[in-house]
Amino acid sequence: MQELRKRAGELLADGTVARVLAWRAGDLPYNPEPAFFETEAELEHLVYDGFCGANLSKLMIEASKLEGKTLVCLKPCDTYSFNQLVKEHRVDREKAYIIGVGCRGKLDIEKIRRQGIRGIEAVEGAELDGPEELTIRTFSGEKKCAYRDAMLERCHVCKGKEHMAYDELLGESRDTKDAERFAEVEAIERMPAKERFAYFQKELSKCIRCNACRNACPACSCRKCVFDSTKFDSEQKANVDSFEEKMFHIIRAFHVAGRCTDCGECSRVCPQGIPLHLFNRKFIKDINTFYGEYQAGTGSDEKAPLTNYTLEDAEPSVVRERG
Amino acid sequence: MQRIGVFVCHCGSNIAATVDVKKVVELVRMEPGVVWAEDYPYMCSEAGQSRIAEAIRTQKLTGVVVCSCSPRMHEATFRKCAERSGLNPYMVEIANIREHCSWIHKNTEEATEKAVILARAAIAKVNLNTPLQAGESRVTKRALVIGGGIAGIQTALDIADAGYEVDIVEKTPSIGGRMSQLDKTFPTLDCSACILTPKMVEASANEKITLYTYSEVEKVSGFVGDFTVDIRKKARSVDMSKCTGCGVCQEKCPSRKTPNEFNRGLNTRSAIYTPFAQAIPNVPVIDREHCIKFQTGKCGVCAKVCQAGAIDYEQKDEIITRKYGAIVVATGFDMIKLDKYGEYAYEQSPDVITSLELERIMNAAGPTKGHLERMSDHRPPKNIVFIQCVGSRCADERGKSYCSKICCMYTAKHAMLIRDKYPDVNVTVFYIDVRTPGKNFDEFYRRAVEEYHVNYIKGQVGKVTPQPDGTLLVHGVDLLDNHQVKIEADMVVLAAAIEPNPDVRKIATMLTASIDTNNFLTEAHPKLRPVESPTAGIFLSGVCQGPKDIPETVSQAGAAAVKVIGLLAKDKLLTNPCTAKADVLACNGCSACANVCPYGAISYEDQEVRAPGVREIRRVAVVNSALCQGCGACTVACPSGAMDLQGFSNRQMIAEVDAICR
Amino acid sequence: MSIANESFRPKIVAFCCNWCSYAGADLAGSSRLSYPADVKIIRVPCSCRVNPMFILRAFERGADGVILCGCHPGDCHYTTGNYYTRRRMTLLFSMLDFLGVENGRTRVEWVSAAEGVKFSATMNEFVETIRALGPNVRLGDLRCRS
Repeated sequence: MQELRKRAGELLADGTVARVLAWRAGDLPYNPEPAFFETEAELEHLVYDGFCGANLSKLMIEASKLEGKTLVCLKPCDTYSFNQLVKEHRVDREKAYIIGVGCRGKLDIEKIRRQGIRGIEAVEGAELDGPEELTIRTFSGEKKCAYRDAMLERCHVCKGKEHMAYDELLGESRDTKDAERFAEVEAIERMPAKERFAYFQKELSKCIRCNACRNACPACSCRKCVFDSTKFDSEQKANVDSFEEKMFHIIRAFHVAGRCTDCGECSRVCPQGIPLHLFNRKFIKDINTFYGEYQAGTGSDEKAPLTNYTLEDAEPSVVRERG
Repeated sequence: MQRIGVFVCHCGSNIAATVDVKKVVELVRMEPGVVWAEDYPYMCSEAGQSRIAEAIRTQKLTGVVVCSCSPRMHEATFRKCAERSGLNPYMVEIANIREHCSWIHKNTEEATEKAVILARAAIAKVNLNTPLQAGESRVTKRALVIGGGIAGIQTALDIADAGYEVDIVEKTPSIGGRMSQLDKTFPTLDCSACILTPKMVEASANEKITLYTYSEVEKVSGFVGDFTVDIRKKARSVDMSKCTGCGVCQEKCPSRKTPNEFNRGLNTRSAIYTPFAQAIPNVPVIDREHCIKFQTGKCGVCAKVCQAGAIDYEQKDEIITRKYGAIVVATGFDMIKLDKYGEYAYEQSPDVITSLELERIMNAAGPTKGHLERMSDHRPPKNIVFIQCVGSRCADERGKSYCSKICCMYTAKHAMLIRDKYPDVNVTVFYIDVRTPGKNFDEFYRRAVEEYHVNYIKGQVGKVTPQPDGTLLVHGVDLLDNHQVKIEADMVVLAAAIEPNPDVRKIATMLTASIDTNNFLTEAHPKLRPVESPTAGIFLSGVCQGPKDIPETVSQAGAAAVKVIGLLAKDKLLTNPCTAKADVLACNGCSACANVCPYGAISYEDQEVRAPGVREIRRVAVVNSALCQGCGACTVACPSGAMDLQGFSNRQMIAEVDAICR
Repeated sequence: MSIANESFRPKIVAFCCNWCSYAGADLAGSSRLSYPADVKIIRVPCSCRVNPMFILRAFERGADGVILCGCHPGDCHYTTGNYYTRRRMTLLFSMLDFLGVENGRTRVEWVSAAEGVKFSATMNEFVETIRALGPNVRLGDLRCRS
């Protein structure tokens, strides 16, 4: 963290960048938030630890419009989103100075709470070079929790410790993958249709349409979302029984299909804990199965799967035929 | 709110017998926006149209829904009617209550209910229609003909005759096509070359016609009236401006082992060659694959003997880019390959030949100088068996399902010519049916049977077995007598099916012209628009559209020319206004739309965008409405809905869905 | 699968490409090849004009089945439109299936202008499938609120 502050300060001072996009402490010890820093003095509020899960690449859309370069801190998985935004002409690569920050997996406070640890006052050991075990200070004394057991779901299916884009690297990264990326999707696929429906009914019923997923998702970066525009007669905010209410998640997932890098921000930010990443990952799995392995955001010029085709593509009837 | 008039057509009893039109009128009156509704026996009639015109004027209608037959039938009629009455033609929508309703449903109650729902959907759509203005595009007064056979030549001559420039692109070194390979033509038995050569000369001499032989179409872009075509002029290795066509190079060329394509491989040719004596242009090409100079670097005999200094080993392929207003496809046909028909021993015996090979054998300029002889031992045959429908009218996947149309007649011709010239030769024809519709065709066939005593056997041949003595044992069935037939023949001629030139698939793809399962190009309408492709500006001439004989090909060639002339005579074309349009305020500039556009109609511009709270330069999509054909692929690729299709907008489609599901 | 209910009249929306399937439906009409009146056709310039949102909208508004008909692959009037349709719909249908929605309620068929018989047969079969599935309950609400 000190190193990052120091390096950011140098780049600000020598005029390489006009501002720094990183994280600063939030109102609770485990919810740092994205922030811009414009002076060296402000940098003392910069934090970087295991709770800095927020993917900053989407903020580069606005930062690209500003005068001068922006230093942006990107974790390995964030760089996929960054590349995808560059590919879609939303972010100007020339306006970014990327420090590829190290990552040993990001933490999920809910995972700690789920272990029966309540009344959390502070979490120690979350820094990049911290120990393998977290120490959690609570109202009722100190508790311990393995770092790995507190990691976000997405980190267990980590895409790898390599940064797909950077100007310089700072800090060690670790490949934290210890689960199959599509195991959850496959488990649901194996359920009978009725059970699948019941599962999603239960999960999606929790949705309060707060738009947290939409706001956090780097692929959901439309200047104007279809659900806010008059283009489809799909905006009916006042009506609880509306098209938007009923179809929001599937349309959102379809709109990001082939563009989603599987960064997992949707699930991370959902206040209701809906596993929204499952929709995106199902699309990714289908794309891989039907059209060949495709990972959005690697930086290749390859056409996105939904703006591409081959003469021998699977027919839609494949869905019925596979039962 | 629109002021919509709904007009329900009885179509005599076609609609009214199943749909309660009065009830439809009564129910649609209650729909939002509808201020007028009436029914009439024939809305498309003069009287019906004047009722619509009258209502537009007196009721100040801003939108019209006609509940009638398919929009594919009369949409244009009613749009014109609206336009004459001062209403934008794109404010008219059709509810198809005939083809999609009255004709397929028997129950009046059900059909009436459905007709009302279809009308509601159209009304909901019209409520969101906006007046559209057809744009104009220019017409390049030049036509391209792909293929230099009789179809292409005739089309080009007719277009040139009307005063328009026309280019012919021919793949082989000479124009002339299949017809130049034929010996005689049915049913008049006149010499093919004698009637074709003058046309070839005429085409070459016509100052309005430019020939690109030994050339291929490489790339096509643009649209009706304004196509841009890249033509690859393959390196001939002979300077066309210097060559005198003396032929010495061909005589002296030491490489003489290349199968002669023009003679269907029955003999060989030199590496520098003109396909046939009357070739146009009479300028040889060097077949680089078989030329000793190109293969080994040593030789150069042709350059040494050429008095004109026309040989140019350094010549390179040349790409010519030209603009055209119309393109005619005249790519013709070939015979199918016979590798799947082992039972006829075509590949085993040189004495089993195709009809086109027989044409070459009978021709004075052919490999045998016109003497009928067996290719194996050059002896004159005594018993010839013709087998019809080899690969035509075929039920299995080896052959073609269609009738090749010309085989019955040319076989009668062959049989007759042989019996005339060699009366002692026995000729037997195995056939499934003899099909001779056409002027003087049946008379021709009857002469073969009655005057020339050709032995016609109804039945198919199961096997041809080459015998050790060089004869061919033909095992057939006589279906009329119902017995097995064995004939000892010394020559067997196969009437192989014809198929479109294999290159046509590639060409059709470039032209975005549609093609059927047999690779024949599809007509815009099988009866009423037989020489037009459904793709505007693309026309069809000759066998590329379906099997034809020469007179049919020539008449179709003329018809295609007339359609081309009709197009080139226009100064401007009206373009389809139902094109895509981007809303710059909502556009992300992400390029998804441009990535799926088949016409390259979408480009990106940095535009200043101004809206409340916004003033910035953005990369936004811009649609070239002259290039956009209105498919709508872009509208779905666009996640924000910034890209929309005029005339089929997102809101219109949703309104239709809502009306149907109400 | 529930037992076909004779009194159940499904709502079926058919999106048809103007160049092929719509003309195929016209041919079915002029050939008097009947299919149930439950099918209502919406004309689109190309199957690639059909936004998944239209299909979801139909279901939300109470459609029991949605079928999309276009030109056979390779025969698209716009060359490539139906290839995009094929990918979009494969993914959409697979997702609906994943959500536990009956996969018989959605379908894509390629029907040419010459295939009036196929058009009518396809519609008859589709209506039968939907009748067997019964009224659409699940797809009406993909938020799946209970």
